[in-house]
Amino acid sequence: MSEELVELTGLTVEFGTTRVVKGVSLTVRSGECVALVGESGSGKSVTARTLLGLTGDGARVKAETLRIGGRDATAFTERQWREVRGTGIGYVLQDALVSLDPLRTIGKEVAEAIRPYRTASRADIRKRVVHLLEAVGVPEPEVRASQYPHELSGGLRQRALIASAIACDPVLLIADEPTTALDVTVQAQILRLLGLRKRTGTALLLISHDLAVVAELADRVLVMKDGVIVEEGATEDVLTSPRHPYTRELLAAVPGEHARGTRLSGTPGVPQRRGEPGEIVIEARDLVKTFKGRPAVREVSFRLRAGETLGLVGESGSGKTTTARLVLGLLDPDAGSVEIDGHDWRGLTRARKRELRRHIQVVYQDPLSSFDPRFNVRRILDEALHVGGEPKESRIDRSVELLEQVGLDASILERRPLSLSGGQRQRVAIARALAPRPRVIVCDEPVSALDVSVQAQVLDLLADLQADLGVAYLFISHHLGVVRHVSDRVAVMKDGRIVETGDVESVFTDPRHDYTRELIAAVPRLPDPSRAAVEEEVPA
Amino acid sequence: MSRVSKSRTPARHPVARRTLVRLGASLLVLWGAVTLAFASLHLTPGSIEDTLIGQSTVTPEVRAQIVADYGLDEPVHVQYLAYLGRVLKGDLGHSYQLHDSVSSLISSQAVPSLQLTLTGLGLAAVTAILLSLLTAKRSRLLRGVVSGLELVGISVPVFWAGILLLTVFSFQLGWFPAAGGDGFSGLVLPAVAVAISVTALLSQVMREGLETVLEEPFVLTARARGLSDLAVRFRHALRHVLLPAVTLGGWLFGLVLGGLVTIEMIFSRQGLGQLTLNAVTGKDLPVVMGVVVLTSGVYVVVNILLDLLYLVIDPRLRGAHEPGS
Amino acid sequence: MSRVRECRTPRPGVWGAAVFLVLLIAAAVFPGLLVSGDPNGTDMLAALQGPTADHPLGTDANGRDLLTRIVHGARPSLLAGLGVTALSIAAGTVIGLAAGLGGRIADETLMRLVDVVLSIPTLMLALLVITITGPGVFNTVLAIAFFMVPKYARLIRTQVAVIRRAGFVEAATSLGLTRVRIVLRHILPNAFQPLLALATIEVGAAIVAVASLSFLGLGAKPPAPEWGAMLAGGRDYFSVAWWVAVFPGVAITLTVLSITVLGRYLQRRLEGRPA
Repeated sequence: MSEELVELTGLTVEFGTTRVVKGVSLTVRSGECVALVGESGSGKSVTARTLLGLTGDGARVKAETLRIGGRDATAFTERQWREVRGTGIGYVLQDALVSLDPLRTIGKEVAEAIRPYRTASRADIRKRVVHLLEAVGVPEPEVRASQYPHELSGGLRQRALIASAIACDPVLLIADEPTTALDVTVQAQILRLLGLRKRTGTALLLISHDLAVVAELADRVLVMKDGVIVEEGATEDVLTSPRHPYTRELLAAVPGEHARGTRLSGTPGVPQRRGEPGEIVIEARDLVKTFKGRPAVREVSFRLRAGETLGLVGESGSGKTTTARLVLGLLDPDAGSVEIDGHDWRGLTRARKRELRRHIQVVYQDPLSSFDPRFNVRRILDEALHVGGEPKESRIDRSVELLEQVGLDASILERRPLSLSGGQRQRVAIARALAPRPRVIVCDEPVSALDVSVQAQVLDLLADLQADLGVAYLFISHHLGVVRHVSDRVAVMKDGRIVETGDVESVFTDPRHDYTRELIAAVPRLPDPSRAAVEEEVPA
Repeated sequence: MSRVSKSRTPARHPVARRTLVRLGASLLVLWGAVTLAFASLHLTPGSIEDTLIGQSTVTPEVRAQIVADYGLDEPVHVQYLAYLGRVLKGDLGHSYQLHDSVSSLISSQAVPSLQLTLTGLGLAAVTAILLSLLTAKRSRLLRGVVSGLELVGISVPVFWAGILLLTVFSFQLGWFPAAGGDGFSGLVLPAVAVAISVTALLSQVMREGLETVLEEPFVLTARARGLSDLAVRFRHALRHVLLPAVTLGGWLFGLVLGGLVTIEMIFSRQGLGQLTLNAVTGKDLPVVMGVVVLTSGVYVVVNILLDLLYLVIDPRLRGAHEPGS
Repeated sequence: MSRVRECRTPRPGVWGAAVFLVLLIAAAVFPGLLVSGDPNGTDMLAALQGPTADHPLGTDANGRDLLTRIVHGARPSLLAGLGVTALSIAAGTVIGLAAGLGGRIADETLMRLVDVVLSIPTLMLALLVITITGPGVFNTVLAIAFFMVPKYARLIRTQVAVIRRAGFVEAATSLGLTRVRIVLRHILPNAFQPLLALATIEVGAAIVAVASLSFLGLGAKPPAPEWGAMLAGGRDYFSVAWWVAVFPGVAITLTVLSITVLGRYLQRRLEGRPA
């Protein structure tokens, strides 16, 4: 019954002089779901593309064996590969907005995958397209077929993409980060859809950076790091009793309920130091902001105390970032007020506003775009210290001190952000935010672009800084696990409103609002024992 | 952060608004060009009658007629409004050197120029599309050779390209007529001369665009559906690179129009270029003013057409989004 | 990654272009160093001779040595190209900044004006101006410079408009920097960056435009050793003396090509890091 659909051994892939895949072996049998998990640069996507003969330009591919559907594929011609693509193996990429041709209707995109295309009549193809869209749960398929990708929501786009991948009923569906760009509730729907395909007999190869996403669906998990598969086994075994240190590190780095109040990196599980909340540093009252008739923020009120973290959680378009910009005084509210340290932004002169800005700093999701491309780290920090009133002579010393505080070496002072890694850039951004000695730092999705292990380090750093400096965080994120990990209190936003707010534990364990419940239910979860396995390592 | 998440019924009104805004801007441009022409008349040193008459000698009756035509005894703003009114009615003035109205002079010379322009642009478009589609992301050697040729094509001045073609193909090889030459054989060399730099520019822009587009995830997805490389290039990528090409269109049109003056002179062709050049050397200002207004009008029309073409190519612009910059 | 590296090391073409430009500048500054003869020295006995050892590039209808004339032609061409570019950049920058940093009204007014001028081909406008002012080298330079202004104005305005909304400007604002400091330290330097590359390439375009007008008899007049004028003066002899038609044009093309190659190299280097 379970024949091998794909058999791959000893795969190496080189681009130029860099070897990105080093001796990977992988088997997918009919009807099973295999997950390939790893952080960026681990070579997981390249491995998946090799199974379609689409490794990329200038790639040198070598494999001991590569059998697809029982046929030796090592010497496939382009024509033979094209027979495999679509009919034998379907392929779904992440972020359908860029994976569907923006200039064509989704009906055309799906139709393109139908074979035989030339001999079928127009009406037949149209019928097939509608049927396929229906099969992946697209409502009103006739209408949707004539719409363009930008006219559809992310979830519908992803469904349309899946429809085009399964048009020829492939025996294997490869999904490369199929839910990465999606909101958590939509992610849950797409995962259910993939699960449905699996139950109807399609084999799945899931590529993901997120262990939790694959946990529910995968029969087997392969963990990849630097082009090598470091661990492989049944999903439950890998997740509950990981053998390889890297797998353990990955699992430990995942923030969430189990890790609250403890460190995620280094020696995980060690309790974090915590300070006591002090006086009020942000007081937002009934904030309202409307853009071109569309309300972005409606009657938002909250309060943040020194040394405390308020998590602002919500899906895309919920008004989180607008709220942040109102709080930062970068936007003026239509109604309502924001007080920073007791000073209202309204009615301040420009000079007084600038003064107040020192008290509230910001860390963005994409640190690179928040640095002037012409500046090196020294100039970035120098400018922030200048604002903080630091005299010129002591700025270099203070810069080094700040870098040490965020765990960076003084040797990067002369480097430009472009030559730094994502984690280093975010640390520089944090150092810059600390330079004027602020009372509050607004963190707008500060770890969303980072790999989970780097994310763990940055979250730990933020916690340490809070304990040392008593700084307050307004922590904005779409990631519930991260918010739960870092926040003391949490506010859930939907359609511009705060629908629920409260102590983080009570909101997460006993959500009052339906939307909060829906959100929390949609979060993919790791099996709990993973924590137990890690804790054995740590002496009590 | 804010993404269009809800599906909307395709709203018609943003397109209508965009079109209206564009039309308004076009009218402004035309008005500006007419004003510029009028201003140039007044900026010229010497009396306006002399300027209008240029180098020909006229009877006092004609002189009086000019003063009456242009209302030269009226205040400037009345003259200006009168001039605007005449241009609106299609009256571009009178050439006292050629003894004909400027509009009829222009319309009699427009056909050969239009022929040359369209042939040159068509030739350039077809060559550039094929060249870019067939060479993008191919071997280093091929790309190197083609991009080298493109650089040379961009650097060659249009008039020298004409001289060179004339010297080689007419004087040395005798394949094509050296001067005039009605019909197709007379059109080949001038059209090629006009097309060279346009082809090079277009092909370069489109090839660079293609190399970006072919890296896009939707191309990978299309290939994963089993499409051949060539099918992906023609069915998906081509439309994407037409966008930057269309953006350049208005400017390229101007480039060709400017090139007409030298090319028509070199190949001794009839046309607007010759008319303009003779008017400039003969100081026949009414004709030059007329050509300037006409060119601006053509530019406006071309740009409106290109704008519509944009809407046809890119469905995203039909939505509520602001026109892409 | 490899792209970045690729443009760090100049390719042979870039070296070739640099060497040619150095020669060209030498010719413009000290033409006597490269050739000894008088560019206007006629020798009717040696009229319309093909390339020989005495006259490597042949002679024209008046027996003047083409090589000597082409070397001497470097100065007017380069001066015209640089003059046009310098004038138009200076004016364009002022207008672009005013539009980009000023209010909505200033922006709309200036940009509509720019639209008007851009709607007519540069050469046509130059012809209009020359009709008024009469032909001459100075007038052509001024006319072309005037009509290249909108291009720079628009580029600077677009840059300023984009950079104003860039993440790092918002970051600088929320850091509490003064507006003047943000404009001077962050917006201006980044807005000027692409201008440098464009300006280099536009020097080439200006040289072509000036040569075209000279060829039409509206700029430098034929006896002058100017490349466009040399082609105009040789027009009647193209059928019998190909070298008269070819070499001055080769000089223009090589000049423009070298400038373009260097300009692109500069552009790639600057774009090596994201804006």
